[in-house]
Amino acid sequence: MINSSLKQLSSQLAAKKISSVELTQLYLDRINTLNPELNAFITLNAASSLAQASAADDRLAQGQAEVLTGIPFAQKDIFCAKGWRTTCGSKMLETFIAPYDAHVISQFNNAGAVNLGKTNMDEFAMGSSNETSYYGPVKNPWNRKAVPGGSSGGTAAAVAARLCAAATGTDTGGSIRQPAALCGISGLKPTYGVVSRYGMIAFASSLDQAGPMARSAEDLALMLNVMAGFDERDSTSLQRDKEDYARNLEQPLKGLRIGLPKEFFGEGLSSDVGNAVETAIAEYKKLGATIVDISLPNSRLSIPVYYVLAPAEASSNLSRFDGVRYGHRAAEYNDLTEMYEKSRSEGFGVEVKRRIMIGTYVLSHGYYDAYYLKAQKIRRLIAQDFVEAYKHCDVIMGPTSPTTAFNLGEKGDDPVQMYLSDIYTIAVNLAGLPGMSIPCGFGSNGMPVGLQIIGNYFDEARMLNVAHQYQLATDWHTRQPGGI
Amino acid sequence: MPLSTEDVKKVARLARLAMSETEIQAAHAQMSSIFGLIEEMQAVDTNGIEPMAHAQDLAQRLREDVVSEVNQRELFQSVAPQVERGLYLVPQVIE
Repeated sequence: MINSSLKQLSSQLAAKKISSVELTQLYLDRINTLNPELNAFITLNAASSLAQASAADDRLAQGQAEVLTGIPFAQKDIFCAKGWRTTCGSKMLETFIAPYDAHVISQFNNAGAVNLGKTNMDEFAMGSSNETSYYGPVKNPWNRKAVPGGSSGGTAAAVAARLCAAATGTDTGGSIRQPAALCGISGLKPTYGVVSRYGMIAFASSLDQAGPMARSAEDLALMLNVMAGFDERDSTSLQRDKEDYARNLEQPLKGLRIGLPKEFFGEGLSSDVGNAVETAIAEYKKLGATIVDISLPNSRLSIPVYYVLAPAEASSNLSRFDGVRYGHRAAEYNDLTEMYEKSRSEGFGVEVKRRIMIGTYVLSHGYYDAYYLKAQKIRRLIAQDFVEAYKHCDVIMGPTSPTTAFNLGEKGDDPVQMYLSDIYTIAVNLAGLPGMSIPCGFGSNGMPVGLQIIGNYFDEARMLNVAHQYQLATDWHTRQPGGI
Repeated sequence: MPLSTEDVKKVARLARLAMSETEIQAAHAQMSSIFGLIEEMQAVDTNGIEPMAHAQDLAQRLREDVVSEVNQRELFQSVAPQVERGLYLVPQVIE
C-alpha cells in the first residue's frame, strides 16, 4: 500500500478495497513509529485528519469522489491551514493557529484530500539543509546522519520514508528541487504565477512558488492539476485556461531536444553526481532524444543576484512580525521600540536575522542602485540566457545539486558554503521558469542523485512527460531507503 | 565598499533587531563574506538593461473597488499577543 501511486490509491478507494480512514490511520501509525527519529513533521492532528478521512469516505460512498479524494497528503508548514498550528519553522509562530486556509490548502480540501500533518522546514524557508528549523533538523531517511536538504526537507523526508502518499513544498531558490534530489524523490516547481501564493507565508514574493513533491512524475501531474489555477487573492496569480498536466505523459520522446548547459557540468560538480546525470542523459538518447550544447553565461551570477533580491524582499515581508497582531511577543519591555526589537530578536533564528540584515542594508539609503537595482538588471540577463537557449532546445537538463546529501553540521557556520549548494537551481527562480528534479541514481556514498529538468514557461506538461517516460524506462524512483 | 561594525549596528537598528556586541561581531564577519560574493555583480556591464522585478512582465491586475472581505475581527484577534475591547494593545507611544 505504501508504495502505491496516487492513481492506484484512487482506484483502491473507489473500489472500497480500503477506506480513507484506514489509509489515514496507516500513515498516522507509520508517522508515530518513524517520525520521532526523522523529525519530518512539526504538527500532527490525528483527530482532524481522521475527521477529514471520514468525510472523504462519505463522499466516496456517494459517488462524488475526485481523483485525490480520500488520499492523505502532508503539507509544508508554510501553508496556513485553518485551525492548524502553522509555524513556518519559526519560534516566531510557535503558537500561531492559522485563522484561514491558504489557496493550496483549499484546493486540496475541495478535492477531498486528507491533511495528514504539517512538515518541518527551514525557518521561513531560509536554508538548504533544514538545520535552521526552530523545531530541530530533519534526518535524511537514506542516512540519518545526513541532511534531507531544504527548505522543504520535512516534506522530502516524509515522502521518501512513505509517511504520506505525497506532499507539498515551496521553492524560492531550489527548496523543492534540492531536497527532492537529496531524498531521492520527484519534485516540481511550476512556472511563477501558476500556483497561488495566497496564505503561503511569504519569503521572497517575486520568487516564491508552491509545487508538488511525490514518488513519481505521474503523481506530480495529478497533484498539480489540483494545485494550479487562477486565484484573484494573489496579485501575481496568472489567468490562464485550466489544463490537464497529465495529458502528455504517454507521448514518446522521439525528437525531443535536450539542452545541456556547459556551466552546469564544470567546476564544483562532484564526479559521482556528474556520472549519474550523464548516465541519465544517455538513457534519454536511447529514448530518442537529441542533445544540444547550450550556454547560460550569466547563470554563475545567480547566487550573488539571489542573495541581494531574496533578502531584500524577505526583510520587507518579515517586517510584519512585530509582536502586535500575531506571533511572538517578548515578556518584558519598556517602550514600543524595545518591544519590537526584543520580540523580533527572540522570535527569529540566526539565519533569518542574517537575511533580514542583508536585505535591510541593500535597500537602505545610498545602496539601492548599487545592489538592488543592479541585481534586478542582472536578473534580466539571466532570464534572457534561457530565452536564447530555448530557441535551440525543448528542455534543459543538468544536476539538481552539485553533491549528494551532506552530513548534519558539515557546512558549519559558513553561510556562503551553504548558499553554493543551490548553484544550479536559483537561476530558474530568477527567470520564473518551471523546474523539477527526479531521481537518477546514487552517489559514491550511496545517497540519491537528482536530475534537474528545466522547462520553458508553462511547459510543465511536457516536463512531466519527459520525466514520466524516463521513469517508465528506469526504476530509480521506486528505490526506497532501508529501515522504513 | 567594506562593511563596518557601525554599519551592522545601524542595520540592526533599522531592522528592529536587538543584538549583543558578540552577535554584531559575528554578523559583521558573515555579512562581509556574503558581500564578498555579492560584489561579483559590480563587474557586469548592465548599461541599458531594464531591471526585472517579476518573472512575467505583466501589469498589476485591477479590480472593482467593492467590499470583498467579511468582518472576522474576533477570529483574527484570537492569535494576537494582547487585545482589549477589539483593539491591539502596545506600550504607550503618546504621553
